[in-house]
Amino acid sequence: MSVALQTFDLCKSFGGITATDHVDFTLEKGARHALIGPNGAGKTTFVNQLTGVLKPSSGCITLMGEDITKLTREARVQRGLARTFQINQLFATMTPLEMVALVTSERLGRGSQPFRALDLDAELVEQTAEILTRFRLDDMMDRTIATLPYGKQRQIEIAAAFAARPTVLLLDEPAAGVPEAERRELMQTVAELPDDVSVLLIEHDMDLVFRFATRITVLVNGRVLAEGTPEEMARDPAVRAAYLGESTHV
Amino acid sequence: MLTILFDGIAYGMVLFVLGCGLSVTMGLMNFVNLAHGAFAMLGGYVAVLAMQRLGLPFLASLPLAFLSAALVGIVLERLIYRPMYAKSHLDQVMFSIGLVFMAVAGTDWLMGSTQQFIRLPAWLQGRFEIAGIGIGRYRLFVIAICGLLAISLQWGFTRTRFGSRLRAAVDDARVARGLGIPVNRLFALTFALGCGLAGLGGALGIELMGLDPTFPLKFMIYFLIVVTVGGTSSITGPFFAAMLLGVADVVGKYLVPQVGAFIIYALMVVLLITRPHGLFARARA
Amino acid sequence: MRAESFDARVRQALYANRRWHPAEIGFWILAFAAYLLFPSHLLLLNEIAILALFALSLDLILGYAGIVSLGHAAFLGMGAYAAGLLAKHVTGDPFAGLACGMAAAGLVGLLTSPLVLRGSDLTRLMVTLGVALILYELANSFGSLTGGADGLQGVMMKPVLGQFEFDIFGRTAYLYSLSVLFLLFLIARRVVHSPVGLSLRAVRDNPLRASASGVPNGRRLAAAYTLAAAYAGAAGALLAQTTQFVSLDVLDFHRSADLMLVLIIGGAGYLYGGLIGAIAFKLLQDAIASFTPQYWMFWIGLFLVLFVLGGREIIHSAVKTVAGRFARLGRGGAR
Repeated sequence: MSVALQTFDLCKSFGGITATDHVDFTLEKGARHALIGPNGAGKTTFVNQLTGVLKPSSGCITLMGEDITKLTREARVQRGLARTFQINQLFATMTPLEMVALVTSERLGRGSQPFRALDLDAELVEQTAEILTRFRLDDMMDRTIATLPYGKQRQIEIAAAFAARPTVLLLDEPAAGVPEAERRELMQTVAELPDDVSVLLIEHDMDLVFRFATRITVLVNGRVLAEGTPEEMARDPAVRAAYLGESTHV
Repeated sequence: MLTILFDGIAYGMVLFVLGCGLSVTMGLMNFVNLAHGAFAMLGGYVAVLAMQRLGLPFLASLPLAFLSAALVGIVLERLIYRPMYAKSHLDQVMFSIGLVFMAVAGTDWLMGSTQQFIRLPAWLQGRFEIAGIGIGRYRLFVIAICGLLAISLQWGFTRTRFGSRLRAAVDDARVARGLGIPVNRLFALTFALGCGLAGLGGALGIELMGLDPTFPLKFMIYFLIVVTVGGTSSITGPFFAAMLLGVADVVGKYLVPQVGAFIIYALMVVLLITRPHGLFARARA
Repeated sequence: MRAESFDARVRQALYANRRWHPAEIGFWILAFAAYLLFPSHLLLLNEIAILALFALSLDLILGYAGIVSLGHAAFLGMGAYAAGLLAKHVTGDPFAGLACGMAAAGLVGLLTSPLVLRGSDLTRLMVTLGVALILYELANSFGSLTGGADGLQGVMMKPVLGQFEFDIFGRTAYLYSLSVLFLLFLIARRVVHSPVGLSLRAVRDNPLRASASGVPNGRRLAAAYTLAAAYAGAAGALLAQTTQFVSLDVLDFHRSADLMLVLIIGGAGYLYGGLIGAIAFKLLQDAIASFTPQYWMFWIGLFLVLFVLGGREIIHSAVKTVAGRFARLGRGGAR
């Protein structure tokens, strides 16, 4: 297997606090990899560095062998690194159709064309329709996103990220806050992502992690505590301690 | 040259008294009150009227200017400002511009559009020299009063219970509320104090910056500079910003009069871009 | 299997946004018909058309890109002075002046856009205000070029297209301004329904997600700001050409504040807000000026305060009801 995304000696500190501490991390191509860790372990800080929201203090990040440490957020997206957000970040006044069309149009390089009509762009229409169908958003594509149920909004989060046709997809707690009734559809969506997309799942929900991931990395205090298959992680005493330690606080 | 510097300091002092109320309102309720200058104008006109119509001496008209502006501030805060706190900055700006326009036109209607003058008492007129530096008596008086005010404000802000509560509320209003600090009342009081100071500054400034109905518009940008450059988390920030502005403005206008206020505005834009949290503000993560 | 028909539905839904509504067509027919309907008010109509173009410009950045500005007069003034100076010193051809005004204002927009892209709404308000004040001071200081406080005299215009002489009744002026407005409106309409327009809405709604969707936020906003500046420049050029005079007033702060009120009245983010707002604003101004010409500023202030305090919702629901009624009428008529 070859490598999709890799970090070398990645560090990030805020003032005196070290949020990411010399992290070497490898995401294989086509992987189903989960990143877990207690609250405040630095998971989101790590993802924010991968996607360019935060600048690492030192170290570097490569995507498909290319150094992307200094690239802007949008340049990383164009190179195939897409993400969802732990807290919904949607275009509230748009419809799912418009949101997916936007991502598609940016990917197709239409974004800077001021006189092009969206509906006359056959490629754009076709690919937008494809995404809407895949994520079962076709029957509500015309409704304003803000009025849709929360589970559907989480679904749109993933659809919008997927519309960028990523080689690496980062899912930041996709099931967070989704009510039980809508959860199943969402998990099915995650399970159905095509094999050639490498997925890094950041999640709290152990149930989801163990059902989905073939490999798990445990992050504690900004450091990689352990990495291995789900079985190995379930047995690892250090991991158990980290989690037991947390559960007494929660 | 040093005389000009002295004038600049006096000018800056007045700007500080005028602007510091705005900086606290902005810091405390995150409210952009462009109508702050209207309270200053009110104070100025009250002083003028008190002296011309009631024949009060200059010194007696100053507290009157303070009180009337503070009183109007309290009433307006209660009636129309309070619903604005939750609105967007754009709405707040539109709202306060509306107030400025009304104040400008209303004053024009009531008082006429001419420049107002006051007659200073004899002991404040003229100037004397120390070591070759010409010192205007009135300017010295202004510096003394405003300096005293600045010191007592700084003391009140850092050393009293009121001040510590205020600082807590500026830092995080929600937490302060949780601690049982009556943020709303605190704010009403601070707002009134700020308005009162503006009124006092308006009265003191008649001799230095003039007074006519367009006062709030003309000096709006100056107050904003004091606040944006000085930051909103302290008294000293706006103080030094006002000093800098006063000196730069007076000296600039003296040395290169044709460029006018241009330098000041350019300075503000540059500072806003490079130091968006204010020149003297602590860097925030 | 994903049916062809779903593609067609998607296409149809995307088309629906940019389809010409019958009410829109009616609006423009009325605008041009006003020339015949109100022959004695053409000067006022001309002012409305220019203000509408100016408001359209602000709507492009405020309504679509979400950039707040208190200094839009900077671009109006830039366009007015550029067009005026060109007419005075080089050529009196209206279209050359229009192009010159748009280019000059657009250039200022492009140069100042990096300043506006940073920071919070508050910083933007202050920076735009500051830029406008700087331009005002500059125009005031370079009196030899701009005429300073006396204004720029001696702007002589040639006939439009070599045919239509500007007259004192505003006949040519109104048709000229309205045509320019209509043309620029068509372009703006095209742009807001293009991928660029979609991405601007994305940046306005959520900059974080926009950049995570591959949108280069900064560049897109700079482009929108420049375009809007050029539009404001066009409005300024029209003002200079149809009045054959430019005064410092075009750069004054009250222009920017008035413009905000126009957009508040009409509503931002649907292109017609600025146009409807301009009509309402000018009619209001005209009506008030007929009994208290001096204290217009007071009334404008009062309107601003009342709008923000809660009148806006009332106005907008009224506008929507009326528009809805028109739409139904229009659709009924079309069928």
